[in-house]
Amino acid sequence: MLEIGGTTFRSRLMVGTGKYRTNAQMVEAIATSGAEIVTVAVRRVPLDRNDEGGILHHLSPEKYFLLSNTAGCYSADEAIRYARLAREAGFNDFVKLEVIGDKETLLPDTAGLLEATRVLAAEGFKVLAYTNDDLITALRLEEAGAVAVMPLASPIGSGLGLLNPYFIRAIKSRLAVPVIVDAGVGTASDACLVMEQGVDGILMNTALAAADDPVKMARAMRLAVEAGREAYLAGRMPRREVAVPSTPTTGMLG
Amino acid sequence: MHLVINGTTRKIRSAATVEQLLGELELDPRAVVVELNREIIRRPAIAATPVSDGDVVEIVHFVGGG
Repeated sequence: MLEIGGTTFRSRLMVGTGKYRTNAQMVEAIATSGAEIVTVAVRRVPLDRNDEGGILHHLSPEKYFLLSNTAGCYSADEAIRYARLAREAGFNDFVKLEVIGDKETLLPDTAGLLEATRVLAAEGFKVLAYTNDDLITALRLEEAGAVAVMPLASPIGSGLGLLNPYFIRAIKSRLAVPVIVDAGVGTASDACLVMEQGVDGILMNTALAAADDPVKMARAMRLAVEAGREAYLAGRMPRREVAVPSTPTTGMLG
Repeated sequence: MHLVINGTTRKIRSAATVEQLLGELELDPRAVVVELNREIIRRPAIAATPVSDGDVVEIVHFVGGG
């Protein structure tokens, strides 16, 4: 079981809802992933509508825990504004806080992130802070009141996998709040490797949405997250630079 | 009366409150959140909150995101 900000979840896999080719495919992929926490974003309602409207026409807030993000926000003030609007929608007081610092890499502006975390935590928000794989920032975010810290595996939407397992382990070993790796995984082995570092959970979107078959990838990711978690709990054997036979060397024929 | 709604100036026929504005735009008040001149209008207050010429209104909802 995973506890974040006083709420308990069974699944350690969290998924986004962006970029799917169809809503039906998104719904099936998310159901297959076994995820409970599903991220959404706040955007303007199209006033001259000919689409089906918002995401809630497809995902029931009774079935999923909707985690609103502040994706696309480039300052603390902007992210705070989006978080407040999301809370007013009335589902919960959790926010996946993103303050982006650079359009090319979408890497976080950690100064803005810390500032927004302080403000929102003081307003009673449960802040899950999307950050880079820097230990000091992670420690400061915890001090600032974040209920979970979300370091990246690699840049958002890159599919590059886990670039720095050492720093992810360092962050996990030093924080009391849950560490949830967010962004960058591309395929099941990436997710498995992330979970093998001992982190509490993982959040992904593009790896599912941009797969040739998102539903099949969702199943692969569910299994990979479970496998990685189990392997972590099992405790891996030490790495050795030499071979050690696994078959008896005694009893050989003369 | 003209309001700036979601970044575009629109002529409003008869709405005098936020609730009536949503009605005129055929939006379900339970499915959206309204910001009036940068201030969030809580749902219980939409019926009593007036709109006036030149107001800047943002009407948002949840969409897919990561």
